[in-house]
Amino acid sequence: MYGWIFRHLPGPLWARILASAALIAGILVLMVQFLFPWMSQFTTLTDSTIGSVQQP
Amino acid sequence: MTQQQPEASAAVPATSPHRPGAGGAARKTVQVTGELLLTAGAVLLLFVAWELWWTHVEADASQAKAIDGFASEFTGPLTPPAEQTDHGKPAVSAAPGYGETIGIMYVPRFGADYSRPIVQGTGPDVLDSLGLGHYEGTGMPGAAGNFAVAGHRQTHGAVLDSIHQLVPGDRIYVQTKAGYYTYVYRNNQIVLPSRTDVLLPVPTKAGAPPRDSYLTMTSCNPRFGSEERIVAYSLLDSWQPASAGPPSDIAALVAMTHGKA
Repeated sequence: MYGWIFRHLPGPLWARILASAALIAGILVLMVQFLFPWMSQFTTLTDSTIGSVQQP
Repeated sequence: MTQQQPEASAAVPATSPHRPGAGGAARKTVQVTGELLLTAGAVLLLFVAWELWWTHVEADASQAKAIDGFASEFTGPLTPPAEQTDHGKPAVSAAPGYGETIGIMYVPRFGADYSRPIVQGTGPDVLDSLGLGHYEGTGMPGAAGNFAVAGHRQTHGAVLDSIHQLVPGDRIYVQTKAGYYTYVYRNNQIVLPSRTDVLLPVPTKAGAPPRDSYLTMTSCNPRFGSEERIVAYSLLDSWQPASAGPPSDIAALVAMTHGKA
């Protein structure tokens, strides 16, 4: 899968390495911005209020 | 993945199928599944790093911003008064709107530089970034009743991580626009998350008319768990208006928090 993506990126090797790094960075940003905050609702570390199990 | 590097660097045309032949589909399926599983593992590890480390970085930044915002609006000397005087009954401010800063809490027991903003509301948006959240509907500092705040034990700044280290007699200072409220910690209690009566005007005493000013802090318990809640009770000991300056015990910390030292 990753090999397939790398082989299908356009340009010379250095451009594909740069593009891969940019893709990885972009996915990291998306994860930190959206995926991880969403996932954190399934952990219980943030439950600190009284009276609500749902509320952190 | 790595055994394909030579292929790629050998400038094979981008469209060339790799390893044609019988069993190619099955091999490919296994390979993609393996890569997806490795990816899932990496994502989970990154999530742990995010939860246990990055949320602190983000929360510290937004808490510092909230404190700066409060400090820029705070008027009053930052040097302690020359002598202690009795300032009478404490001033009680009206509760601000959701998400607005009430003031700053100083707890020397939590560290010589511990200062965290207190923000109205206990929603995830407040607790996850701004630190201590004031339970809406509970009293304000200085009023007869219960000033109740919640804070995270872990993650997102972990503002109440050391709540179990409070020792009876420890002072907890709350600074609002009106002045400084000095609370003295008395005891803690570990309860189930459903025990909302700890937020009553007289904690756990339903219907009792409040005479004293309580400060109640709640956080999750045990550390890295949430099966219970730890509740720390303090009582208002003294008050001084903003115009009188901070209590001498925290004067240096207040000045530092306000960027004046």
